[in-house]
Amino acid sequence: MKRATPLSRRIGLLLMLLVLLAGMAYVALRSGPLAPTRVTVVHAASGSFAPSLFGIGTVEARRSVLIGPTAAGRVVRVLVDVGDRVKAGQLLAEMDPVDLDQRLAAQQAALARAGSTASAVQAQLRDTTARREMTRLATQRTIELGRQNFISTGAVEAKLQEQTSADAALSAAESNLAAARQDLQRLGAERDALQQQRDRLRLLAPADGLVISRDAEAGTTLVAGQPVLRLIDPSSLWIRTRLDQGRSAGLAVGLPAQIVMRANPGQALPGRLVRIEAVSDSITEERVAQVAFDALPPGVSVGELAEVTLQLAQTSPAIVLPNASLQRLGDRLGVWRLVDGSPSFVPVRIGQASLDGQVQVLEGLRSGDAVVVHSERALNAAMRVKVVPALAANTP
Amino acid sequence: MISLAGRDILHGWGKFVLTAIGLGLLIGVTLTMAGVYRGMVDDARALLVNSGADLWVVQQETQGPYAEASSLRDDVVRSVLGLPGVARAANVTYLTMQVTQGAHEVRAMVVGFESGQPGEPGHLLAGRHITRSHYEAVVDERTGFKLGQQIRIRRHDYTVVGMTRRMVSSGGDPMVFIPLPDAQQAQFLKDNDAILNERARTAANPALNRPGVPGLLDAVLAAQSSNHNVNAVLVQVQPGYRADEVAAPIRRWKHLEAYTRVQMEEILVAKLIATAARQIAMFLVILAFVSAAIVAFIIYTMTLGKIREIAVLKLIGTRNTTIAGMILQQALGLGLIGFIVGKVVATVWAPVFPKYVLLESGDALSGLLAVMLICALASTLAIRVALKVDPAEAIGG
Repeated sequence: MKRATPLSRRIGLLLMLLVLLAGMAYVALRSGPLAPTRVTVVHAASGSFAPSLFGIGTVEARRSVLIGPTAAGRVVRVLVDVGDRVKAGQLLAEMDPVDLDQRLAAQQAALARAGSTASAVQAQLRDTTARREMTRLATQRTIELGRQNFISTGAVEAKLQEQTSADAALSAAESNLAAARQDLQRLGAERDALQQQRDRLRLLAPADGLVISRDAEAGTTLVAGQPVLRLIDPSSLWIRTRLDQGRSAGLAVGLPAQIVMRANPGQALPGRLVRIEAVSDSITEERVAQVAFDALPPGVSVGELAEVTLQLAQTSPAIVLPNASLQRLGDRLGVWRLVDGSPSFVPVRIGQASLDGQVQVLEGLRSGDAVVVHSERALNAAMRVKVVPALAANTP
Repeated sequence: MISLAGRDILHGWGKFVLTAIGLGLLIGVTLTMAGVYRGMVDDARALLVNSGADLWVVQQETQGPYAEASSLRDDVVRSVLGLPGVARAANVTYLTMQVTQGAHEVRAMVVGFESGQPGEPGHLLAGRHITRSHYEAVVDERTGFKLGQQIRIRRHDYTVVGMTRRMVSSGGDPMVFIPLPDAQQAQFLKDNDAILNERARTAANPALNRPGVPGLLDAVLAAQSSNHNVNAVLVQVQPGYRADEVAAPIRRWKHLEAYTRVQMEEILVAKLIATAARQIAMFLVILAFVSAAIVAFIIYTMTLGKIREIAVLKLIGTRNTTIAGMILQQALGLGLIGFIVGKVVATVWAPVFPKYVLLESGDALSGLLAVMLICALASTLAIRVALKVDPAEAIGG
């Protein structure tokens, strides 16, 4: 009955069993509750870094002017177009004067007439002066004759009355002349006022600039304040930068900035923070800062998007960790420290952070502590961990 | 004492092993199907756990943000923060969309979160957390993106700075985390043509473009092109408070809906994925029955194939218990090897699946018990046939 089993069969079956057992062991160790959680670890070391602030903004002109009429009216002509550079005082557009020219002519005529009137009154004054002089001489003579009793007292009194009338006539003529001159002045002022209004219809450039929009064409009727043209000073372009309020600590005028324009993402342009707006946006929770270019690059357009990185001063030395190691357990912020190969949670207090993910740890860790950075799963103190160099296969 | 079962197996071991492997593959499929079901439920749970929230505050009378659309103003979070028992609260947006990287396109759930607040990915697999307030992204490894790559969401490019694992939506789409303001813009921003059309439409409306009111049109256009909505506010409750306690004043006085984690899980598991999960569960049940039947038939036919040898055994006076023991041992051995093979192959091919397959140890254990039970039951059928066989068949035939 007992038959010798071929050795090869026994070996084959044994091999098969071994493979199965190995497979089972692999499965149990890799995927079951016995499998350790793989983590990467960094050793806490003291260091310092240059933190920076990041914001995005749009190019805006510091000085921009809206050119428009001060009273409602119709545009007669617009002399410049978008993209034109204009000089201070240059005529840009003109509004319809309607009847202003005619009123000016009427005023001119009235002025001329007033001039004539003044001349006539002047002549009258001369005439009155001459009459008074003659009356004065005649009166003196009459008084002399009266004293020698050549003529009656009545005749003398009549002459004296004549003298008084002549004096009064002179005063009246002088007043007439003053009135005519005041009239002349009034009409001159009125004419000047009309001229001013007329000049106001000629829209001039207040300063050198660049025309960025032409909002009205000849024939358009505008209300007071509505723009015909918009000008900017192209040398005053800066970036209105918005920074998250929560990450804006350390913002100060004069910080060096790196500006990356959306149109040219490969190149970082140097700049400087020149103003921090006193009012920040309460809706978007952002602060607003103005960043100027050190040298204005050519081809920058208003409204273009830019990324701004502001460089802060180097931090004082402290323990520095990657921000991926910070975890939140309940309401405490801390890190998982490896003590004898098992993780334990250590609360920490953190300081400044850099844009490349470094965080200062002010309290809670000592130099040389092993701290978990990346983990496959959320850690807890009971877990077994296995330290590996990297977790994701595609980590560069 | 020699082992009859071992002898018999050694006699035809090739056939036995092949049968066991075939059986194992079948068990593997069944285990995988259970894993698919578990993975589906776990995806829904992972979404809740990863958000780190105790309460979800959403639009009134909606079951958002996962199961229904919900829209809130983004300043609601401030009034929620002022309520007693609220430790932390943060705005969050969810938007499922296609994310592209070069020619590579992935369906992903784009999450807008506030840095350092609930909603942020807790632990990373590689890289770092977001430090800039714009244009950086943390992605799940299932997206296939790599660190340092530029991905495109709507009109902006985002740099991948960190990677996570198991950060998925309830539908299993991997998540892409971007800063909240960017996400608000991405959710709302239309394409350029639509924006231009909308501007022209507004400008053509005489009520909004009045010549006597300069600046009105600009103001209307600016109001049209900004978005201050979010989908939900995630709330963490202070220690010592119950989530229900904190939720009550939000529902009553803030006129918003607030869900605790238990309620949210109910919404996700019982409502959102209910049909799909039942579909899988139904299939799993059928598969389990079919597997059981096949195991039983295999053992039965294996015994029938040896009926002549059993007759010989009876003829030489072997006891019935010995024969029964042999068949039972063989059946159990077949089941054990099959289970091990099944468990191994299921573990090996599970990561290849596009959606998460969760192989739970408890499932494996009950699977093992079920396999052994089925094998034992099936062997009783075979034993009955074996015991009834007439020893004469050994010589008659």
